[in-house]
Amino acid sequence: MTVFPFLVAIWILCWGLYGIVSSRNLVHLVICLGVTQAATYVLLLGVGYRNGGAAPIYADIAESTMVVDPVVQALALVDVVVEATVSALLLAVAVQTHKRFGTIDPDELHSLRG
Amino acid sequence: MNRRLRIGLFLGGAALLAGMLVAAVGDLPGFGHYPGPYGILIEETGVAGTSATDLVTAVNFDYRAFDTMGEEFILFAAVLGVAIVLRRRRGERAEDERGDDHHFPGSSSALGALGLALVGPVFVLGAYVVTHGQITPGGGFQGGVVLAAAALIAFLAGEYVAFKVIAPHAMVEAGEAAGAAGFALVGLGGLIFAGTFFANFIALGTPGSFLSSGTIPISNLAVGIEVAGAFLLLWTEFSDQALVVRSK
Repeated sequence: MTVFPFLVAIWILCWGLYGIVSSRNLVHLVICLGVTQAATYVLLLGVGYRNGGAAPIYADIAESTMVVDPVVQALALVDVVVEATVSALLLAVAVQTHKRFGTIDPDELHSLRG
Repeated sequence: MNRRLRIGLFLGGAALLAGMLVAAVGDLPGFGHYPGPYGILIEETGVAGTSATDLVTAVNFDYRAFDTMGEEFILFAAVLGVAIVLRRRRGERAEDERGDDHHFPGSSSALGALGLALVGPVFVLGAYVVTHGQITPGGGFQGGVVLAAAALIAFLAGEYVAFKVIAPHAMVEAGEAAGAAGFALVGLGGLIFAGTFFANFIALGTPGSFLSSGTIPISNLAVGIEVAGAFLLLWTEFSDQALVVRSK
């Protein structure tokens, strides 16, 4: 079944989204966002895969060997870096939220206070 | 907004997402038959064109070096953002860093000794990953995180003071800035010496050798220093929140 790897990506995406909407803790919510973004790694690597392709590293294989697409792998690296920065910023906001409101349950953060 | 309204909004959005996902899956290329022309072109000409045997690094630091610079500055800006969000606010003060008070519950001298003994080997591993990115999997981003982990091990072993000695705040900040600037300077070098921003203006050398691929190892080194500095700065900011900053 050729769409199976993409269904795995959608499955991870849906679990991450479920975690985000049902979250009762801002730190848990940031982790769920990380899970959601992990779906994009699976999608990218799935899109770039070529049947029988080796890793795109020619250090120890013949130059004529067919390899999987190196461009999407580079994009996955960009993706990982962005995910790390987004998590860091959101966790910093969670720290300040806890200091200011004494809770990190999104349901108890009813309205913005100046 | 009450709970029922929010659930209704979510269900509407979820239905829309489901429809779009179904439509998107129908249009994807079949798994294992990716027709992307750029990947095939780089596969055929990448090693000869850049002397890098790791084509992922060749894409990141040669073909897409300009985009990677954008990515690097995303990291730079995000770390700046964390430092601003976690700045000391009115009504907060910094506690004196009194060495031994910062041990974790459960930390022991054996754990501390093991952690400090691991700092050297992990640092060497990080330096290896940074400097061999053009030959084997690795490079500045991956190796930079390993380099930062070398200092973090001291922190995790309960040696907070040793962590501050290995990674003093001023040096970490300077490293992050110098790394980011260094990568941009490599791009400017291409503009000056070869006429194109991020053109590879240094001799390419033999594929597979340590000093090959022209500017790619230099870019990797700059990015490695920047990433290590960025992550250490992040961890310092977060650990200071728990260990140093106190409300008055």
